[in-house]
Amino acid sequence: MVAKLRAPGLYRAFFAFLVGIAFAAGLTWLVRMTTGHATYHHFLSEEPVMAVSLITAPLFFLVGLGGFDYWFYWASGRPTRPEDHSSHGARSWKDYFRINTDHKVIGIQYTVTAFFFLFVGGLMAMLMRIQLAQPGAEFVSANTYNGLFSVHASLLIFLFVIPVFAGLANYVLPLMIGAPDMAFPRLNALSYWLLPLAGLMMLLSFAAPGGAFADGWTAYAPLSIDAPIGQDFFSVGVQLAGASSIMTALNFLVTIITMRAPGMSFFRMPLLVWANFATSLLVVIATPFIAASQFFVLLDRGLGFNFFDAGKGGDVLMYQHVFWFYSHPAVYIMMLPGFGIISEIIAVKARKPIFGYRMMAFSLLAIVGLGFTVWAHHMFTSGMASWIRIPMAITTCIIAVPTGIKIFSWLATLWRGILHLDTPMLFALGFLATFTLGGISGVMLAMVVFDIHVSASYFIVAHIHYVLFGGSLMTIFAGVYYWFPKMTGRMYDERLGKWHFWSTFIFFNLTFGPMHILGLQGMPRRVPTYAAKFADLNLFISIASFALGATTLIFLYNMVTSWRGGPRAPANPWRGLTIEWQVSSPPPVFNFDRIPTVVGSPYEYGVPGAVHGTFAPAPVPATVGGAAGGSGVVHRHTE
Amino acid sequence: MVSRRSIVGTIVAALIATAIGIVLSYVIHWFPVQASTQAHNTDTFYHVLVIASVPIFVLVVTVILYSVWKFRMKPGEELKDGPPIHGNTRLEVIWTAIPAIILLGLVSYSFVVLKENEKKPVGPEMVVNVTGQQFAWSYEYPRSVTGGAPLKTTQLYVPNNESVRFEIRSLDVIHAFWIPAFRLQIDAVPGITTSYRATPDRLGAYPVVCNLLCGVGHGLMRSTVHVVRPSAFHTWLQSQSRISAGASTGQAGAPASAS
Repeated sequence: MVAKLRAPGLYRAFFAFLVGIAFAAGLTWLVRMTTGHATYHHFLSEEPVMAVSLITAPLFFLVGLGGFDYWFYWASGRPTRPEDHSSHGARSWKDYFRINTDHKVIGIQYTVTAFFFLFVGGLMAMLMRIQLAQPGAEFVSANTYNGLFSVHASLLIFLFVIPVFAGLANYVLPLMIGAPDMAFPRLNALSYWLLPLAGLMMLLSFAAPGGAFADGWTAYAPLSIDAPIGQDFFSVGVQLAGASSIMTALNFLVTIITMRAPGMSFFRMPLLVWANFATSLLVVIATPFIAASQFFVLLDRGLGFNFFDAGKGGDVLMYQHVFWFYSHPAVYIMMLPGFGIISEIIAVKARKPIFGYRMMAFSLLAIVGLGFTVWAHHMFTSGMASWIRIPMAITTCIIAVPTGIKIFSWLATLWRGILHLDTPMLFALGFLATFTLGGISGVMLAMVVFDIHVSASYFIVAHIHYVLFGGSLMTIFAGVYYWFPKMTGRMYDERLGKWHFWSTFIFFNLTFGPMHILGLQGMPRRVPTYAAKFADLNLFISIASFALGATTLIFLYNMVTSWRGGPRAPANPWRGLTIEWQVSSPPPVFNFDRIPTVVGSPYEYGVPGAVHGTFAPAPVPATVGGAAGGSGVVHRHTE
Repeated sequence: MVSRRSIVGTIVAALIATAIGIVLSYVIHWFPVQASTQAHNTDTFYHVLVIASVPIFVLVVTVILYSVWKFRMKPGEELKDGPPIHGNTRLEVIWTAIPAIILLGLVSYSFVVLKENEKKPVGPEMVVNVTGQQFAWSYEYPRSVTGGAPLKTTQLYVPNNESVRFEIRSLDVIHAFWIPAFRLQIDAVPGITTSYRATPDRLGAYPVVCNLLCGVGHGLMRSTVHVVRPSAFHTWLQSQSRISAGASTGQAGAPASAS
């Protein structure tokens, strides 16, 4: 046992977790004993220890796991130990349950963990739809219902969509740019392990006294200030997830900027790399603001601050401004990587270069910049100064332009291509349709006079699910199917994939389409019951949603059985040009024996003999001032 | 493969689909009853939005379906690539400029309608103070309306065809005062007073819904707004004032009638 406790790993982490709780208890006792004689009868009581543990226990867990070992050792000043790569790579399933520095292992850890939370969050949605199948139902109490939609959204945003994109990019991006790994592999490993802690924390809130956090994922003050302790599980949990997101984004930025293979200029990068570059900029700039909003809430709750107490000089609306300053860019964080995935898939499956590559890249950057100028369109009816509505509506309209450019460019890429209509392509095409609908409802919502009617109603629920499910999730499925052969070395079952696509597409539209009408007709969101006139539509939606939930089982079955026993995948089943397809499936543990040289665009389909990256040694320039006499490497003028 | 016939046929199909979409937009029962002048304006504007959206959606879906029909890989083309088309500057300028122009037009029009909905009326305007608290709405008709003491009540009566300005406050957390039949809402925020004005123009009783999560009772925090003739409104006001006056002087048996 002592040996197991001395070695980094889950065993030691578990004990460290308990030590963290004890530390929280000790800290609480100490602070109260020295300062609080007048206030407290008991220096040790449940809730403060629980609240402080939310912060200390995860940190101690990560220390016990070994996430900080290298840095503690380095900080102690002892002689450097040469890196033996013992924590790199996976030879058995056990390697996925420890600190691992291999971006491919981390990518799979992220993706599998995120899908776990997709199923949990999705199950919560099913429970909500049981409650909403009939008006006045008592399937769950109102407080539990409020907890369900709050945890549903928080899990799916912070533990599914954001991390699954990070996971897919973690796996694919270094391969795509010809790098042996990410710039900071240890930081990468640490960023993953924050996630199960964050997710577990949010789930455990259901067991907290007073129930799960129940004020929406938006957690508006002052409702969240007086809420029971479950609220802290969100306010702290979201910061763990946010820290994970920021670490990964930093890692991506440095990797993309400094570790591209020779010859890969910015305008020879695949659009997936551009998309993750743009997303990472959003993450590092915006995410601290949600941390700030939750700091305010925790200080008001735990230490009696008055940020949001109007009677004591607080400003209730300030919470919303700070919160939405992150949470609007967050929706682009949840979409831009998906745009990158769609670009990769459509180019390969239509056998054509991406139409308007440069404008596609610039549109991503435009969305990043503009994304910071629209946040108060979530606050048109908030009671903020009415003049703010005008510029915010205008910027919201402007941001539709680069988004439209991308949709049209993908359509033009399809035009006159040779379309391979397999599962990844079907999800990409489905995405184009449903995301366009979500974008259209978004433009409607930019119009203040219309938003005044439907804000916070089921029209919003419809819009967000069209862009997050019909948008992000479709791209996630597309990407998982597309890179499944590369990541697992096996092919998924194509027939099951098509079943999954069609059933998802049909039941998704049947579930969320009618919600537009519910909102227009006057049904608010976040309610466990509703007026009788909404009963028929709600019952229809509930039934459609059960079918939609069932379709994910097709996906789960396909993934599990194919991973375990599907046919072996070749290195390049899709005949793609990007570098990840030029190595084996799965790739060697350190990716490349020799770093490739990039000599052309990643999308030169239709050009005979086009090469993007080559492993041949780079040619030595023949003579100074003489005619170029290349060896076997084809140089293509790109763009 | 891309024959003129197929293109013309597809364009015709797209135009028919657009027409069907626009007809459907008139047939679908989008909104509840219109009970205010603002509702008429908002509904008309929404309709313009839908009519502008149908061609865009039809365009996207048409290109997808046409491509799937005409450009699908045929047997024997497994190793074939498409033509290396990188872009078309003129097309890209067009699909940047036209959406920008459409958006500019829509947003400008939206501000015109917003201004129309929010502008101060030429005629009289009545103020009603609204208070939201967990989990009920209460109202107060100020001195300017009652002519005497302010009237506190849990019923909301407003006269037809006269502008009313709701001054909205909250006693605890954020709520939202939404009257779907008027197409108007604004949050009730502790510490500030928010307001909006409405001109009811249809007699009847319409739901008032709390539209911002305010706790466990949020789903049940509803009220009703009664739009009545001005004469009926004054009658109601007087009967309410009599009741509250009677209650305050302790008269037994004061009828608690609410019509």
